[in-house]
Amino acid sequence: MTWDVALILGIDGMANGSVYLLAGLGLVLIFSVTRVVFVPFGDVAAFSALSLAAFETGKQPATIGLVLTLAALATIAEVVSLVRRGEAAGIPKAILGWGVLPALPCALAWLVAGRQLPHVVFILAAILLVVPITPLVARLALQPIADASTLVLLIASLALHFLLSGLGLLFFGPEGSRTAPLAEGSLSIGGFSVSGQVLLMVGAAIVLSGLFFLAFERTAVGKALRATAVNRVGARLVGIRPARTALLAYTFASVLAGFIGVLVAPATTMYYDSGFLIGLKAFVAAIIGGLVSYPLTALGALAVGIVESFGSFWSGALKDVIVFSLLIPVLMLRSAMTKHPEEEVEEIDQ
Amino acid sequence: MNALSRRALLATSLAFGLGAGAAQAADLKVGLSVSLSGPNSSLGVPYSKGMQAAVAYKPEINGRKVQLIVLDDNSDPTTAGRNARKLIEEEKVDVIMGTSGVPAAIAMAQVAAETSTPFIGLTPIALKGKELDWTVTVAQPTQLMVDAVVDRMKKANTKTVAYIGFSDAWGDLVYDALMQATQKAGIKVVTNERYARADQSVTGQVLKIIATHPDAVMTGGAGTPGALPYITLAERGYKGPIYGQHGLINADFVRVGGQAAAGTQVPTGPIIVAEQLPDGYPTKKVSMDFRNVFQKVNNAPTTDAFSAYSFDGYLVFADAAARAMAATKTEPGTPAFRVALRDAIMTTKEVVGVHGVYNFKKGDLYGVDERARVIVKLENGQWKLVP
Repeated sequence: MTWDVALILGIDGMANGSVYLLAGLGLVLIFSVTRVVFVPFGDVAAFSALSLAAFETGKQPATIGLVLTLAALATIAEVVSLVRRGEAAGIPKAILGWGVLPALPCALAWLVAGRQLPHVVFILAAILLVVPITPLVARLALQPIADASTLVLLIASLALHFLLSGLGLLFFGPEGSRTAPLAEGSLSIGGFSVSGQVLLMVGAAIVLSGLFFLAFERTAVGKALRATAVNRVGARLVGIRPARTALLAYTFASVLAGFIGVLVAPATTMYYDSGFLIGLKAFVAAIIGGLVSYPLTALGALAVGIVESFGSFWSGALKDVIVFSLLIPVLMLRSAMTKHPEEEVEEIDQ
Repeated sequence: MNALSRRALLATSLAFGLGAGAAQAADLKVGLSVSLSGPNSSLGVPYSKGMQAAVAYKPEINGRKVQLIVLDDNSDPTTAGRNARKLIEEEKVDVIMGTSGVPAAIAMAQVAAETSTPFIGLTPIALKGKELDWTVTVAQPTQLMVDAVVDRMKKANTKTVAYIGFSDAWGDLVYDALMQATQKAGIKVVTNERYARADQSVTGQVLKIIATHPDAVMTGGAGTPGALPYITLAERGYKGPIYGQHGLINADFVRVGGQAAAGTQVPTGPIIVAEQLPDGYPTKKVSMDFRNVFQKVNNAPTTDAFSAYSFDGYLVFADAAARAMAATKTEPGTPAFRVALRDAIMTTKEVVGVHGVYNFKKGDLYGVDERARVIVKLENGQWKLVP
């Protein structure tokens, strides 16, 4: 292996790693606030990529129908639960929040589809279109069991993944799509060229994770999220509503997934099920971060990207084996380093 | 309407009106199990449409009507096997045909052998022993296709070729065929790089290929994932010729591959470029008929190779059924007829289909020769025949 090759592989790994980084942040965010390992995260990213591809070919993305259906179901669920609790006064607000709000990006998508518009409009529409998906499915499937054990939540989230990827197949068909490049041209650094797309991916990862950092450190919303992550009961005692923070976490993660979709779609062919692999590799990164630490997750994501890239050079067929076996030393190290508590007591807040 | 056909109509309606009229001859029954849903449905749906067109093209064989029964196997081998059993035991079909995917086709072949029913496979298939007695396939063997590619490489004076393909059975099949063909042609295969269908990037593999400075590259992918090596090779500045195989004949491959896939040369059945074939080409006339009848039945033009395999499968069946009925006087729907039909299929001589000319013999699954392949080149998003 020459230095040239190592450099190309390293840059390719960084580009992949920055995608895993964003996905890893989303996974850690959702897990720390809700204790859900959100497996369908990658599917949402794939929906955003495939919606963008649909816009580009002048078609209506089928995602619109999905979002509208989910919004209708969530509104019904919300209204029913309000009536049951005897809080009928909250119904208009529920309809506005669960029914009308998610319908807005659908209206936008419906308006821009099939028109000749600047590419950036399509990107924006694709991202906005997938933003309601995560909060809506979470409202329908995960919020009713929010206090169940982590294992039950994991199983529910796995089931959601199968549902969403099945719908993806129905909507977008088995063949993949690739979208127009976001950034043309390339940058030459010391006689070595880096494509604009790669710079954009790495740049977006840096900017978005920076924004995340600021949001967590400086804003009340971010602090509420952190508080819920640290202790749900404690957060409740100081007036933070876990359902509200969970909703926020899902929405933030959904925005991240939307970005991931439009960032990877020009660099790789996206299929209805390629989100799962992105999610799985981001999960490896999140495990390296112990599912709590954002900086460690970011490092882990870059490590996964680079190991993947070099692994594909050494043995294309065994690449994924190499990536996933990263978990073994990490888990051994983590297990050796932590003190094992007697018996983990689940905090149940009813 | 003339008097004769009016009387015929009256007779048929009478026969139907009286239920199963004693004098009425039994229909021929064709059972088709394909993937109308699930990941293989992009193949299964055209298979089914092609079969509808075929039955419309030849609705009667020796005066017997043909009934087509189509079942969906959900892209699942187990369901495919169960469908085969259902078609044979409940519907009493005379022949079964199907399906996308080698494992599912093998499952059907096993049921066919067990129940002594002829099976016409529409995909490449791998079988051994007793199952061979009841099964043939209309698909071209991979070796035949890859041989044609290696022929081209030899003509272009290629000395070394790099290989990159799927890390699954399809990648192995193409690689093995490539190894066998290049050995004879004196070409050296310098890499055996693999990637998974869902992979995000093949940069590592392509860098390794470029490091070996091959004269040409051969790819062993299919459908949209097959475009990935093309795109990465173009990104990394590879200028040499790239060859592929028939798995890439797919509208989505062309769409996703775009400019990077332009100029690739792949083997395919002649139906893909039927209009461009010289007039004397054996399959040209049937191919044009197929195009017309498909357009009429499905209200859409054919764009794929799969519907054409169904059409050929049916033509092979129609030819064999006509001979079996004429020679043995057995009635459709009986075990004796199924044996006669099998024997007739196994002695198929020069049946002209749209993918090639079929000659089957016992113990050999495949029945096509050099007439079943042409080399095409991708130019401006269209496949062009390379003579």
